[in-house]
Amino acid sequence: MPERPLSPHLSVYKFKYTLATSILNRFAGLILSLGLILFVYWLVALAGGARSYAQARVVLSLGVCKLAYAALIAAFVYHLAAGVRHLIWDSGRGLERESARRSAWILTAVSIIVTIVLVYWLLRPGAFAQ
Amino acid sequence: MSLRGPLGQVLGRGSAKQGVHHWWLQRVTSVALVPLSIGFLVSLLALPALDYATLVAWMRQGGVALGLVLLVLVAARHSQLGVRVIIEDYVHASGVKALALVIVDFAHVLAAAAAVFAILKVALGGRL
Repeated sequence: MPERPLSPHLSVYKFKYTLATSILNRFAGLILSLGLILFVYWLVALAGGARSYAQARVVLSLGVCKLAYAALIAAFVYHLAAGVRHLIWDSGRGLERESARRSAWILTAVSIIVTIVLVYWLLRPGAFAQ
Repeated sequence: MSLRGPLGQVLGRGSAKQGVHHWWLQRVTSVALVPLSIGFLVSLLALPALDYATLVAWMRQGGVALGLVLLVLVAARHSQLGVRVIIEDYVHASGVKALALVIVDFAHVLAAAAAVFAILKVALGGRL
């Protein structure tokens, strides 16, 4: 059977940070897909009435869930910014090595700053007290 | 070395003519998700509290319910397209791959249907 074209294997490339931005985007998307389960659980618990939502809130307030929210926020911000970068590429712009490297740094900086601001805002004293 | 020419090697195993559709739908859903997801986050996180009464009152606003239904449907489709590619790229055993793809499809349809049902149940009434 003749060799057929395969999707890129991570291991055959020399590591570059532009490669990291690409695989991180895929990873962030996968995290968000898992977050979808948490989101649906929250909606279904709410639809189940006051008592069912009160029970779900106990689960959703666990430390491990709060960690998950932080991870989901980071994944969301990164996936959003990297997705916009992809849409710009799809328009044929920014594909040259120099601009791809520059946008990789912009993506990294924007993601870190926005994630920190959002998490800080969520953890502000008195937030969602009830 | 094969004596078959390049044309003979690809004839009969060409594209299923669905790759572009997949690629395009991934882009279209991503564009739609920019306002939908940001709008959801801003609207939710602007609430004073996340208790039952506040959330039900919030979800009974027509714009919020509509936005949530759109968000869930588009996000589920976008997620299903993305997870599909990940499986296609990294799962090579064809039986496992087919099984994983079917499970992923089922899970996404189930998640979307359950979410839409829940949103409508809250938005269209029921006991407080």
